[in-house]
Amino acid sequence: MPMTFETPAGTGEAMVLSMGPQHPSTHGVLRVALQLDGETVIDAKPDIGYLHTGIEKSCESKTYSQAITLTDRMDYLAPLSNNLCYCLAVEKLLGLEVPKRAQYVRVLLTEMTRIASHLVWLGTHAIDLGAMSVFLYCFREREEIMKIFELVSGQRMMTSYFRVGGLALEPPAGWMDRVAAFMETFPGHLNEYETLLTENRIWKMRTIGVGVVTPEDAIAWGMSGPTLRAAGVPYDVRKYFPYSSYEEFDFEVPTRTESDCYARYLLRLEEIRQSMRIVKQAMGKIPAEGPIRTDAPGIVAPQRENMKTEMEALIYHFKIFTEGFSPPPGQVYQRIESPRGEMCTYVVSDGSPKPFRVKFRSPCFVNLQALPLLCQNRLIADVVACIGTIDIVLGEIDR
Amino acid sequence: MAEAVETPVHPVASRLAEWDAGVVSATETFRGELTVTVTRQNLRRVADFLRTAPDLKFDFLSDLTARDHFPAEPRFAVVYHLLSITHRITVRVQAWADGADPAVPSMTSVWPTANWHEREVFDLFGIRFDGHPDLSRILLPADWEGHPLRKDYSTRGPR
Repeated sequence: MPMTFETPAGTGEAMVLSMGPQHPSTHGVLRVALQLDGETVIDAKPDIGYLHTGIEKSCESKTYSQAITLTDRMDYLAPLSNNLCYCLAVEKLLGLEVPKRAQYVRVLLTEMTRIASHLVWLGTHAIDLGAMSVFLYCFREREEIMKIFELVSGQRMMTSYFRVGGLALEPPAGWMDRVAAFMETFPGHLNEYETLLTENRIWKMRTIGVGVVTPEDAIAWGMSGPTLRAAGVPYDVRKYFPYSSYEEFDFEVPTRTESDCYARYLLRLEEIRQSMRIVKQAMGKIPAEGPIRTDAPGIVAPQRENMKTEMEALIYHFKIFTEGFSPPPGQVYQRIESPRGEMCTYVVSDGSPKPFRVKFRSPCFVNLQALPLLCQNRLIADVVACIGTIDIVLGEIDR
Repeated sequence: MAEAVETPVHPVASRLAEWDAGVVSATETFRGELTVTVTRQNLRRVADFLRTAPDLKFDFLSDLTARDHFPAEPRFAVVYHLLSITHRITVRVQAWADGADPAVPSMTSVWPTANWHEREVFDLFGIRFDGHPDLSRILLPADWEGHPLRKDYSTRGPR
């Protein structure tokens, strides 16, 4: 796509430079057209769409349950958050209440997702700015979380573990020990990262005062998540519109006011600590036994044992997996706090077993739009820091 | 669309009616979520009011999208999901557009974040946003034909 700029060039000779889509710091396939005056960025235009796979269109030809697998493939660093957002939306449409045990497991796993996602962010952001070792350590700890996801759902990444009405499977015996073991060792590792970066002179020079955005601009441009909170706006969906029993958990929403890359770095580390607090509370709350799926015949698949002994269960099982279920006509909008910000699912039902319209509000899509704001009048090297700091996942942006 | 459920009038709906009784053509509440339907001629005025009224202050445009009700007319609904960070309230505003030449006014001057959302809707639905500074395709290549999220667009592609 040809890129044209309207902003006047500076005093020198302006040139247009295409950064990406193969540039390593653009995290996948993002292209940024930069208008440069020497090494100063006059304007930047992100060019997206390289990963567009028509997920929203595909959802319209799947049943409500089948569409869950597509949500994994959007934000592939936080598949469980996507699963949760979609399932909550469909549950709201149906008016379903999910058993507490399943809600707590959902909270625990989405907070683990947040930790894993922030670890990937930290590792890649650091490697973009030249700190190689942090990347290796972050991926070491993330692997432990991936193993827990595999233990629970059978998959490391494309989990599809949350289903409409509850969870796909009973979590395996002893899974909580693995979570406890991780929580035992992880705080020490987190401190290790801090010793590598927080007081590191190069790190501070690359991030302090870079990518500043005012709170007014952040709101006007629809930014959310750590980027918004680092500008001093305490908007966190978990506190504003609690879902999945978040109101029962004791945690804080960290905010900062400097609104630069360094502030966002400190803020995300604090978020990891708060997520650990929530995981610990969830570990205490999850009962050893109890239903993991709500009792909604015709919507939620029956237990395997019942299917073999009861005629109705067999019929429901057949109906659910051949035809699907039909929510009442209506439209709902479900917000959650994904690791990257306000993730929302808009589901419209026309009363048939397939969604009439599914729209995912991707926090990265909106945050990336403000990239020019962050890197105008700065150097090319700062563009790398700015792309890293807003934590984009192109799979979710392009959908 | 959804069946209207008899509930107490939503405060945002009553506030809008109090401001201008003729501006809202329909309201409905489903699962506790308010949907306000306005005509596209009034959309800009309503948006300005919702964003600036001190007791509403819908300063955060969370999402902007559309629905295609092909073959019904008016065919397209453009949907705005608003949030007031100050007052912790939400509202959904929708406006209808005809199938022949779908167009609604752009909201980029009210909420700058509408820019990419409107480009996405233009790209995938073919709805025009009058007054948009750079209405071009965003997800699909510039030379793509058709608008995939329209209901008459086959999932097998344009051919």
